[in-house]
Order: sequence, then structure tokens, then C-alpha cells
Amino acid sequence: MDGRFSGSRRLWLVRRLLLGAAVVLLVSVLVFAATQVLPGDPARAVLGHDATPESVAALRAELGLDRPLISQYLAWLGHIVTGDLGQSLVTREPVAALIGDRTINSAVLVVISAAIVVPLSVFVGALAGRRRDRKFDKAMLVVTLGLTALPEAIIALLLVILFSTSVLRLLPGTVLLGPGQNPLGQPAQLVLPVAALVLGVLPYLSRLVRGSVIDVYESEYVRIARLKGVPERVVLRRHVLSNALVPAIQGTALALAYLTGGVVVVEQVFNYPGLGTTLVDAVNNRDFPVIQMVCLVFAACYVIFNLLGDVLTVYVTPRLRTAGQ
Amino acid sequence: MTAVTVKGLRVDLDGRGVDVVDLVDFEIAAGEVLGLVGESGSGKTTAGVTLLGDARRGATIAGGSIVLGGQEVVGLGQGQLAKLRGSSVAYVPQDPAMALNPALRLRRQLDELFEFHRPDMPEPDRDARIKATMREVGLDDSDAFLARFPHQLSGGQQQRVTLALAFLLRPRVIVLDEPTTGLDVTTQARVLATVRDLCASHQVAALYVTHDMAVVAGLAHRVMVMYAGRIVEAGPSSRIFGEPVHPYTRALIAAVPQVSERRELTAIPGDTPMPGRRPGGCAFHPRCKHADPACATTVPEPVEVVPGHIVRCLHATRFAAEPAQPAPALTAGRTGERGEVLLEVTGVDAFHGRKQVLHDVSLTLAKGECLALVGESGSGKTTLARCVIGLHRNHTGTMTFQGAPLATRARDRSRESRRAIQYIFQSPYNSLNPRRSIGETLREPLKVLFGMSAAKAAAEVAEVLERVSLSPAAAASYPDQLSGGERQRVAIARALVCRPEVLICDEITSALDVSVQASIVRLLRRLQDEEGLALLFVTHNLGLVRAVADHVVAMRAGRIVEGGPVDDVLDRPGDQFTRDLIAATPELSAVPTGDPSRLPLSLEDPT
Repeated sequence: MDGRFSGSRRLWLVRRLLLGAAVVLLVSVLVFAATQVLPGDPARAVLGHDATPESVAALRAELGLDRPLISQYLAWLGHIVTGDLGQSLVTREPVAALIGDRTINSAVLVVISAAIVVPLSVFVGALAGRRRDRKFDKAMLVVTLGLTALPEAIIALLLVILFSTSVLRLLPGTVLLGPGQNPLGQPAQLVLPVAALVLGVLPYLSRLVRGSVIDVYESEYVRIARLKGVPERVVLRRHVLSNALVPAIQGTALALAYLTGGVVVVEQVFNYPGLGTTLVDAVNNRDFPVIQMVCLVFAACYVIFNLLGDVLTVYVTPRLRTAGQ
Repeated sequence: MTAVTVKGLRVDLDGRGVDVVDLVDFEIAAGEVLGLVGESGSGKTTAGVTLLGDARRGATIAGGSIVLGGQEVVGLGQGQLAKLRGSSVAYVPQDPAMALNPALRLRRQLDELFEFHRPDMPEPDRDARIKATMREVGLDDSDAFLARFPHQLSGGQQQRVTLALAFLLRPRVIVLDEPTTGLDVTTQARVLATVRDLCASHQVAALYVTHDMAVVAGLAHRVMVMYAGRIVEAGPSSRIFGEPVHPYTRALIAAVPQVSERRELTAIPGDTPMPGRRPGGCAFHPRCKHADPACATTVPEPVEVVPGHIVRCLHATRFAAEPAQPAPALTAGRTGERGEVLLEVTGVDAFHGRKQVLHDVSLTLAKGECLALVGESGSGKTTLARCVIGLHRNHTGTMTFQGAPLATRARDRSRESRRAIQYIFQSPYNSLNPRRSIGETLREPLKVLFGMSAAKAAAEVAEVLERVSLSPAAAASYPDQLSGGERQRVAIARALVCRPEVLICDEITSALDVSVQASIVRLLRRLQDEEGLALLFVTHNLGLVRAVADHVVAMRAGRIVEGGPVDDVLDRPGDQFTRDLIAATPELSAVPTGDPSRLPLSLEDPT
């Protein structure tokens, strides 16, 4: 009866999905507006400084840049909805083909990082929470505070300096991947980018887990479990983690969304051919269709991760899951 | 047969060498209920959980011996303690809503005990035992009910689940830590009856820890009274409640309001001292009216005044010879002609969202009168009080003050009517701004309402603090530097500086110890007599109603079921609900020992 979502929860889910779609739509407006205020004219950027005013005007007409903004936006949105993502202004390739590979490359990076950072944070956070105020906890707090203070770009550079230049020459400092090549084929190249992302998220997530583990350890029901004679390891696994992970799910969703944004910087440092480098190149080249599409993908990821986090939270919290029954 | 023997128990705060509890000796026989009574800070809960080898964070069992079924508990390792807990000695917590794991179904939480204590017991036997125990504690034993999560149960049901957890493996000893504090009196009566029956039928020794003298009077065979970490008096229930010897026990009993008769409530001056700040000699001597110089220097040894009745007081033999003077019974409440009607509530319907919580409620309050509003939780009494003060917007009906209509929302009311009706909240721990000194809190209304200059306001604040029996120096302190009783006095002073005509008191003593409650009640009565204040006194405590109120209105499920002069309603209740409420309220004087026939078993759980 209460294993599944109640009726009102299903309604809630539908509403959340619609709201998520509305957020992505709103982001599309903002992205479109933002690309309009970027300095520089795409036609001139494409044609270079030597172009004649006539050829610029011709290209502007061809690209539809001379039409009113609203109709430009609606045409663009219409194309996206029907699956036509447009063409790159620079290479004249279809945007879909251009970012397809790179989306997969970035996803590989994010998924591997998440697969490492989430369990690692739970482990580190739970251990620190359980050994509150002891040596491991104190060391963990100091290290994570230090890492939090460092931006990812600096972490990435430090990793490069440490592992691939003067100190140790163990791992490649840049990623060399041909188009269409699978990054998993060269795992050594992935180590440093993944490490940079993991170190960027680990402090936040492990501190969050630590905090909620401590809160639950202080709770009355954990005290009662101990007074029932439940062994300490089972107390942690069954009574503490099951409740402490609820806030951690929300944190993981945010961390995943953050990772998605974090790839921009990390990819740039390691020259990794992913969405991040694509975005940076496209901004440099005023390649509007590519900028817009990459931004939309990022926005959609944020919405999806947060929605998944909320749904999962409801699913593992009996009080929320059975609400309205 | 002795189930547990405790000798010389001492619990210390870590690293400070300060004891929370010391010199505690007692034993409990199988099937016996031993009551451990004390006010907040007395160390009663600390002493209680030591039977499970537990000490709260920051404290350790520093000495003494606890022998449970032939086994010494003090000094056991975590592994051995885990074997003992839940099987030989069990614990029933104060707040069942917090004590059950919200993520686990009831069956899982019950079955867990078998998992670690009876791993070889086959599944069908476990299931049968779980269901039998569920029936014993008065719960549904169906699989559907066992598949529920804790939040799908009422408070009374949750408390019964914690009883089932404790009794499931038939332990020798069970420690009950104020298990009925959060429950309504009728639910409390049923839970107490269940506890007593189970202890008797399974021959379980029970330590019942509570601050409520009346609950223990009806339940326990023997009672220990704890003060400042020491057992100051111990003996059979009939002795403790019939012929108490220690001045603290006598004072405590005199402070408990009774439903059956109106007595002068005697407050104990001062506050219970916290660990580390306890006075030398007899810890009670600064608050004791019989203290002499020797009490300040000599630690009293236990004296056995009659066999089985032990008193830790230097003058025990003298006090044993002269029985306690019962507090003077007061004559009937103020009756006679009513004064001018100040507040009139007519036909109020109130809603929480779409749910109607008050149905056609009407009442009047006259000058100098105290009207008690009684009912169980959820009866709508606090909602009504909030409607009157203008904090609950969603209602219809009319309210007038001195004939003039009151706006629904406090912010729409005139400054004059906001001044004239003041509200005191239940918990003095939440109602005072922790970042403001007492003086700042008290000066604010003076500035807003009367535009008073700072110097004049300071004089006014000093005066109002004296009226509530606080030192004017308290103006410089912050709420966290004051005890609960002192904070509630400040909250009263905060209302009094406005020179109100009507004071709404919303369960204002329920968070306080009885000795402090008595002093607050006396203060309110004095204000009423001297200044003609009208009180709307919201409470669930019928003893208090008898002690303070002139008129009473009983509410149930948002409706007024009965109303009238206090003595008429309490002595000759007309409505079945009021009768049940009175029957379920535990009394000190009624029957000396745990007589099973006293508590109404016939009441069925409304859920």
C-alpha cells in the first residue's frame, strides 16, 4: 500500500516535470537574450575584418539576423523542438554532429567523477561523523576546508604540476583525443581531469554527509537502537545511514549539477574535447547556435539532476512518500 | 526475588569531577514498580539509564555497582552491554515520536530485537511473539498495522509501540523515562494501566522515572524522591504520600494541585541547583524553611525512620515525629456577582486550511475573573486563545472587548485594544528573544505603547520585575542566564508592563516544575486580587483549574461541551467527556499504593 507513490505524489511528479520544462524554456529565453548582447557581430566574426559591408549584410540576411528578435527566437526554438539544432556559424557543420561526440565525452567525465565522488564522500563523511572530534574527523575538516578554498582551475593546475611536469612525470597533463575517439580507450588521460572534478566536489559533499550523520547520531531513535542492544556497525548502517542519506541525496543532485558546470573549467585546463571546451571555443568565435545549444544542455542537466534528487528523496522518506494517503 | 540491586552509584561529568548523581542505593523486586521522582536537573533520568549501563554524552558512570540478574553492569564493554540491553533490561523513552526510526516499518523495529538477542528463534515463533506482544500493549496485531511507519500512528499508539519493544523479550528490568509526559490524561491513564498489568503478569521489575507525583502515586509500590543527585527519601508509596518526612518531599507534595479539593499551593523558593552549582551540606538547605546552620555544613546520612522508609535529612527523626501540616484547604472559588464583562466571544468558527477546528464557540470573561479553558490536545483551546489575541486569522464570528468589536488580525486592532489584551506563551524557552536583554524586552512595549522616556521606562521595568518576584538586576541578564521559572516570570512581566486588563495564559506552566508552577500560580492569583486582572487560562491540567480558576469551559473537538463555576463542573460534571477527563486525572491522595482498580481501563482507544 505504501511502497509506491500515492496519488497526490503522482500529481506532484507531473507538476514537477512541467515546471522543469518551464525552467528549461525560461533558460532558452535567457540564453538567447544573452547571446544577443555579446559584443561583436557573428557575420563579421565569421567573415573576418576584411569583409565588405555588402558581404556582411548578405550573410546577416542569410542567417536571419536582420529579422526582429522575437521571430528569430521563435524560429530558433521551433527548429530545436523539431530536432533541427542548426549549423555552426564557423565550420558550417550541423550543431548536433558537432556537440554529439563532445556531449558523450563530457558525460563520461561527469559520470566517472560522480561514481567516485559520491561513494567516497559518503564513506569519508560517515567515518568522520562517527569519529566526531577525533583525529580523522579533525584532519578531514582541515583538508576539505583547504580544498573548498581552492577553485577547480587551481586544483587542476596543481595536479598538472604535481603529476605531469616538474615533480612527477606519471600522467599526461593534456588530453589528446581525436574526433570520435572513445575517452575510455585511454584511461590514463582521464585520471587527472577526473581527479580535479572529484577534489572539487568531495569537500562539499563529504562535509554534508558528516553533518547529517552527526545529526542522526544525536537523534533519540539512534540512542534507542543502542539501548535495544543493536551492535554499533548495524546502528550506523541501518539506523544512521538510512536517515542521514536523505539530505545527502539533495546534496548529490546539486553536486552533479555543479560537476556539469565544473567541466567547463577542468576541460579547458586539460584541453579535453568535451562540452566545456566546445563552449569556450564557441564563445571566442561568436558561434551562437553552438553557445545556445551547449547552454541549454547544461540547463537541462541542472533541472534533471534536481528533479531526480527530489524524487529520490521522496522515495526514500516514508513520511513524504505516503503523504496524502 | 530481587531483580536489580544498585549500590553507591555515582555518575560524573567528564573531566570536571562534578557528580550528576551520587550515593544512590536501591533494589527492585521482580514484579515491583519503583517510582523515581524528581524535578528537572535532579539527575533522575541519569540515574535511570545507568541500569542499561548508559550515560549521556559527556558523562560517565564513575562508581558503584549495579547487579542485574547476578551480573555486574558497571564496567561492562560495549559488546557485553549490547547483549544485555533489550533482552535483560529495556528502556521506554519519554518522546515516542522521536524514539522510533522514521525510516523503518514497525515490524522491522520489533524484529530487530530477535535478530541480535534470539538469532536462533525460528520465524513463525518470532511472528507469534510479536503479535502477542502487540495485543498485550493494546495495539492492532495485523500484518497491515505492523507494516506501518511510525508517522502513521497517533502519539498514544507510538508510545504503545515503545512499550511493545521493551516488553517483547520479557526483560527482568525495565526503565520507563516519563513515558506519558506528552500524552493526554485519558491516553496516559490507559498507557499506565498497560504498564502496570504487563509488569505484574510478566514479573518485570520497573523503574518509573517521572516528575509527576500524581502518576507515581497511582502506579508505584515504592517511591524514591531525588534532589540534586541524591535520594532524599525512599519508602512505600503509602508512606511517601501519606507520611512524608523530608522537607523537600513535603514541599513537593504541597505544590501539586489537586482536582478533588482546592488547596493553597505552596511554592518552594528558589530553583533546583544544576550539577556543579549544588550547595554543600544538605543540598536542599538554601530552600528549606527548617534549615539550621548544621544543614549547610553536614552532609546528612540516610536515616531509617520506620523499616523500609529512609530519609536523608539531619532532622529526620524529629520530622518523622511531627506529621506534615496539610496545606490549608481553601473555601469555594470566588463567586458572587460578576464584574463588568470585558471580553465577549460569540459564535466563533475557526479553520486550519479547509478543516474546521472550532464550532460555534461562545464565552464571556468579566473583570477580575479567571476563566479556565480545558481540553485535550487538538480540542481547539489554543486556537481559540489565538483567535482572541488576533493571531489566528481564519475565523468567523464576533469578538468584542468592552463592547467594541475586535478586528480579526492583531495588526488591524487599535493600539489601545492591543495593550489591553496580553498573551503569555507556553514555552518561556521560545517566547523571549535570546539576543535581547530582559530590560530591552521589557522596555520595548513601554516605548511603543506609552512613548515613555528611557529613564522612566527603566524605573518601570525595575518595578514590574519586583512585582513578579524577580530582582531588578535581572534586567541586565539575557534569557539563557535565567531558569525556566524565571523566564516565565519575565514573560509575565512583559505582559504586565502593558498594564493589561485581560491576560491570556496558554499552558504557561506546562514546561515548568511543580514547585515553580505553584509560585507562578500564586503570582497570578495575587495580580488578580490586587489589580482586578481578568485571566483566560488555557490548560489541560484539571488540578490547576481547581487551584486558579473561578469559571471553567471544557472543550472537545472544537466544541464547548460544558461550562460553569469551577466547583460545580469538577464536583458534578454533567458531560461524559468531562467525567472521563476527571476520572483519568491521577490524584495524590486517593489511594495509597498501586491499586489496579483506580485507573479507568474501560476507556477505549479512540483511534
